[in-house]
Amino acid sequence: MTKQVTLAVKELRKTIRGKEIIKGISFELHEGEVFGFLGPNGAGKTTTIRMLVGLIRPTSGTVAICGYDLHRQFTDAIRQIGCIVENPEMYPYLTGWENLEHFARMMPGIGADRIMEVAKLVGLEQRIHDRVGTYSLGMRQRLGIAQALLGKPKVLILDEPTNGLDPAGIREMRAFIRFLAETEGLSVLVSSHLLSEIQLMCDRVAIMAKGRLLAVDTVERLLNQQARVVWKAAPTDRARALLAAETEVLRADEETIVTPYEPSRLAAWNAKLVQAGVSVSEIEPRLPTLEDLFIELTGGETIE
Amino acid sequence: MSKLVYNEMLKIVRKKRLWVIAAIIAVLVALFTYAQYRETEELRKRLGTTDWRTQLQQQIVDLQNRLQSPSMSEEWRKYLQIRLKQQQYYLEHNINPSAPGAPTFMRTFIENAIDLFLPLLVMVVAADLVSSEASAGTIKLLLVRPVKRWKILLSKYIALLLSVSLIMLMAAVLSYAISGLVFGYGGFRLPLLTGFVPQGEDLNTANVHMIPQWKYILIELGLAAFVSVVVGTLTFMFSVLLRSTAAVMGIMLAALISGAILSNMVSSWHSAKYLFMVNLRLTDYIKGAAPPIEGMTLGFSMAVLAVWGLAGLLVAFFVFMRRDVY
Repeated sequence: MTKQVTLAVKELRKTIRGKEIIKGISFELHEGEVFGFLGPNGAGKTTTIRMLVGLIRPTSGTVAICGYDLHRQFTDAIRQIGCIVENPEMYPYLTGWENLEHFARMMPGIGADRIMEVAKLVGLEQRIHDRVGTYSLGMRQRLGIAQALLGKPKVLILDEPTNGLDPAGIREMRAFIRFLAETEGLSVLVSSHLLSEIQLMCDRVAIMAKGRLLAVDTVERLLNQQARVVWKAAPTDRARALLAAETEVLRADEETIVTPYEPSRLAAWNAKLVQAGVSVSEIEPRLPTLEDLFIELTGGETIE
Repeated sequence: MSKLVYNEMLKIVRKKRLWVIAAIIAVLVALFTYAQYRETEELRKRLGTTDWRTQLQQQIVDLQNRLQSPSMSEEWRKYLQIRLKQQQYYLEHNINPSAPGAPTFMRTFIENAIDLFLPLLVMVVAADLVSSEASAGTIKLLLVRPVKRWKILLSKYIALLLSVSLIMLMAAVLSYAISGLVFGYGGFRLPLLTGFVPQGEDLNTANVHMIPQWKYILIELGLAAFVSVVVGTLTFMFSVLLRSTAAVMGIMLAALISGAILSNMVSSWHSAKYLFMVNLRLTDYIKGAAPPIEGMTLGFSMAVLAVWGLAGLLVAFFVFMRRDVY
């Protein structure tokens, strides 16, 4: 990877009242990529994100944004970041425009033209002069992104950005995040507890559980490692015996048999079954659920 | 910095807090004006004359009669004796202590509002300055800007000081304008006596001197502003410490009300004079009324309030700068 590193996290730890919540996290974000932060609720995603934007002081470890240390060069470092932490709460008694103006006053060199630009970018220019109290959740989410983009950041951090959006809104949001990374060259960090969502928009993903990063890799590689095939064939016990001779049978019950997914050998296995007189009614490659991934990665530990 | 203060003032104004405060003052001033008007009428009917000398003599006789009652606490007797001496002084020197008119109303209004009403109005603004941002979650969006945390808190505190000034101005202007409709607008030049120093049972009149009422009112307004800033600062501290605006209001209200109650019963608990809430009636020192605890002076009370205010401010900044925001 020769692309520039925009966010570098080293050995980040947080202890709250003697209990270690975040147990030493390290990862890097590159220019122009969408990085997924995946984990069940309570894994420490939000705490980590809050440490990345300076809301929570880490017990130890460093966060560097475009080369600036977040702790020692706070204003220089934070200037490179735009973020939404949890829900994008705005002042409901102000208009969308006034909200953006309010935050623009806290940043040097951001004027009315930039406010209009981001309002257009998120498609809010029609309603920008209405009170935020009258906005729908989707519009508030978009206004949240608008305020995050206001300072022309290099790194965009979005905590559960599709929470509470309808399916159309989710699709729109995904396309928008891809656009920001590919066209504008931003690094985008997206957290989510939904594998499907991360899978559809991220280049790389980090999987987090119980305050630790279990794996950091590209989405395909992580998923392919764990992909499965579900067979439906009769008689089941015969099919099971035949498949067991070829590969590992991971799970089986009266109707289905689960084996690892090996695309190159799938046709041969099927031919064997058919030749032996087994009637195969269904061969379904199945991507692992998040839960499968966790069980695999944590070695059988359940999700908290 | 001025942009940050502008932001904070914008939020206070758009939450319509200052309008609510103006409305409360207007309604209450109208109420008190009417009450004052009825009282003057009543007095006039009872005495059959509006001559203030007769009124004053009547009051002195009243006081003397009450002092003869045997079932009276020692404290109350002391206070009445001081009042008696004060009023006799007015009579001898031919000075009308409560000459009607809007300025006089304004003066008594400030004197009565200094320990509860004005601080309450300041609390309406101060209580949710920080706590509302914490409970609504907007604090997160404020703190991820390229601005140091202490600057954000300082801009809020400056906005509070500006609001306190506005509240004092509104209280002065509204009480003058509304009561003037009934009592007339004259009376700023009326000479008043100040400098009474209560010493035990005696009223030390050695330093008594005359000042025009407008000066007197300015002094009182200044003292009221000082009290409001201190109460505002303490409210501000609780607003930083707590997420719930209702809890902030509750704590400060309890403190203020306990102050009003304590003032009447702590004359033998001497260390109570270090509590901020028994030191709020600064205007009493100008009037020459007995302090709740012997030995308390204007300088002492202001020093106690200043220490409380500074401590509150330090705690607020210390906590705000170091706190993890969830």
